[in-house]
Amino acid sequence: MKSANEPRADNDSHETWLPLLEMATREVFELMLGCQLTVPTTAEELMPEVTAMVGLAGHLCGVLSVRCDGKAAALMTSKILGVELDKVGPEVSDALGEVCNMVAGNFKNKIPGLAEGCLLSPPTVVTGSDYSLHSLAESPGLELNLLFERLPMVVSLQIHN
Amino acid sequence: MPICALIVDDSSVMRKIVERSLRQAGLDLTKVFEAGNGAEALIVLQESPVDLILCDINMPVMDGLEFIKRLPSVANAKGVPVVMITTEGSESHVVEALSHGARGYIRKPFTPEQVKEHVVPVLGGKS
Repeated sequence: MKSANEPRADNDSHETWLPLLEMATREVFELMLGCQLTVPTTAEELMPEVTAMVGLAGHLCGVLSVRCDGKAAALMTSKILGVELDKVGPEVSDALGEVCNMVAGNFKNKIPGLAEGCLLSPPTVVTGSDYSLHSLAESPGLELNLLFERLPMVVSLQIHN
Repeated sequence: MPICALIVDDSSVMRKIVERSLRQAGLDLTKVFEAGNGAEALIVLQESPVDLILCDINMPVMDGLEFIKRLPSVANAKGVPVVMITTEGSESHVVEALSHGARGYIRKPFTPEQVKEHVVPVLGGKS
């Protein structure tokens, strides 16, 4: 029998994590960037130019990623650092990595048992759009399509167990 | 009162965010030292006294928990309040940090108000 504090990492519960993933993402953007994310009303075409990834290991194994185009990534950097957009430089990768790291941490802290039993890897950031991501995930994963300042972004969680 | 702070985090962006939050919280920062891990922070402290240390937990080379354990051996760190700032929600990390002398614990994401709530009380009137 499972106790209430054990992580709910079975496949049936993964869909119920989507609202938690959205809440975790929204909180990071509201608290750290001072922005309200919105949900697109139509399918938004995204050509990801910056992809930040954080690995999860322990009771939950997987990869959480945040993808957006270069303009959105620069704007996120501008807002999180409080600098003018035209002053944003090479710190874009570090900034998006931190955003991804905070989303991953905030998400796992919302799931009973995962705050203690799941560790995060340092963020990895890929720039450019000419790549394919191959995951060994056993389940289709969760994906959130959101708008940041009307620019499309995708948050996804590939779960390995 | 003017404050000299040391911010320890392996992310240069996060160090800037923390500094900005301290300023937005109304702290009069005269000098801010930065370190990318605990080992670098110990070197900074050997040279420069500070009034406040804000420290991440998960860092390469020397993490925040090991750093705080070694702080008592640094003369300049005597009595300096340490506030941990981290993404980690692990209760055991909180307990361990507090048991080794951390005076507060802020979870990311945070607002400048939350930083103020945790930092001002530990400064003992210096803010």
